[in-house]
Amino acid sequence: MAGFDKVVHSYEEALAGLTDGMSMAVGGFGLCGIPENLIAQVKKMGTRDLTVFSNNCGVDGFGLGLLLQDKQISRIYASYVGENKEFERQMLEGELEVILTPQGTLAEKMRAGGAGIPAFYTATGYGTPIAEGKETREFNGRHYVLEEAINADFSLVKAWKADRYGNAIYRHTAQNFNPMAATCGKICVMEVEEIVEPGELDPAQIQTPGIYVNRLIQGTFEKRIEKRTVRQG
Amino acid sequence: MSLTREQMAMRVARELEDGYYVNLGIGMPTLVANYVPEGMEVMLQSENGILGMGPYPTEAELDADMINAGKETVTTIAGAAVFSSAASFEMIRGGHVDLTVLGAFEVDVNGDIASWMVPGKLIKGMGGAMDLVAAARNIIVMMTHADKHGNSKLLNSCTLPLTGSGCIHKVLTDLAYLEIENGAFILKERAPGISVEEIIAKTEGKLIVPDHVPEMTFA
Repeated sequence: MAGFDKVVHSYEEALAGLTDGMSMAVGGFGLCGIPENLIAQVKKMGTRDLTVFSNNCGVDGFGLGLLLQDKQISRIYASYVGENKEFERQMLEGELEVILTPQGTLAEKMRAGGAGIPAFYTATGYGTPIAEGKETREFNGRHYVLEEAINADFSLVKAWKADRYGNAIYRHTAQNFNPMAATCGKICVMEVEEIVEPGELDPAQIQTPGIYVNRLIQGTFEKRIEKRTVRQG
Repeated sequence: MSLTREQMAMRVARELEDGYYVNLGIGMPTLVANYVPEGMEVMLQSENGILGMGPYPTEAELDADMINAGKETVTTIAGAAVFSSAASFEMIRGGHVDLTVLGAFEVDVNGDIASWMVPGKLIKGMGGAMDLVAAARNIIVMMTHADKHGNSKLLNSCTLPLTGSGCIHKVLTDLAYLEIENGAFILKERAPGISVEEIIAKTEGKLIVPDHVPEMTFA
């Protein structure tokens, strides 16, 4: 099947063309909604000198933490890191460049990149170290910082269900950064829990329209929980 | 006696109003959720993408796809909405959240706040804190009055890298409730049993003490 069918049948095919020195926008928040099998495939491929845009960097041995083991990441833009020892070590040794980015600014930079907006003004970070070296401007008596959009070579995202055309929906808070990450890469690779036929999903419920998705693959997911908090009940 | 964490949460809860959308920071601010007054409806926002966050799940409800901004497994209440992180920060940055409660290392008389980075120590990142302080009009900082070495955290000028500038107007500490106006802390309430003199001694930043400083009440 050709046309709008985005389905690929192997993780090798899903990430074909990802090479050393490229950049990737990766969905997920903590370990929730991360494209865990795509990340594992990047580890397997051994691609190096990667620039990563992601809210976090996984944990030791899971998620993006896997790519730290063989030092595949050179640079990361993230809002909160250090949930893993190897990350700390590489950051302190200067092996890994970390550009801390406020969470809302990171989400908006991805959204802007996908929407053809090269930069935007935000009040976030004005007067803080984040604004150093950036243009600022006053609007209606408030100060704003100019932040540039993110455009990546690849988007690695995870959704719940998608039809073969790549029209996708997310489950609960596993949505997080995935819809924005999906839009800002030249090649968007999406992995899902279930691929359905076109027409099976309600068009009004689609959260990522298929136009953004280039390759779609069905995977099985461990869905590791980072902080398991429960109440008696 | 200085306030316990629970008493601090009870005092902050007095600032809640029926129908408020509220963002509670990680750590002590989350305790405020336990003291929402009877009969009042408050919707908790979590910046990864929830409006209407509920309690922790039971073992049976546990779901890896449902977490809060602290990465803890949670539930949603009836009438909740879940959305992307961009949408979440649109409501934060657009000033739609009614009340934000967060912790800090330092606050100063200009309303500057430092809460994310101590040079020389491991830097983990600001998460959503810079977005929250830059946009919310109603923020309460909840922190101890002095650090564990006894140094005041209410200063004339923050010494640590800032999270936001000129954005804080209300501070609740374990000793007092203060507001920031015109380059000074105004002492509004003192913790039960805490003297004005003790608060003066532990506040490094310019402090204005009205003639009468009432004792804090909690209900």
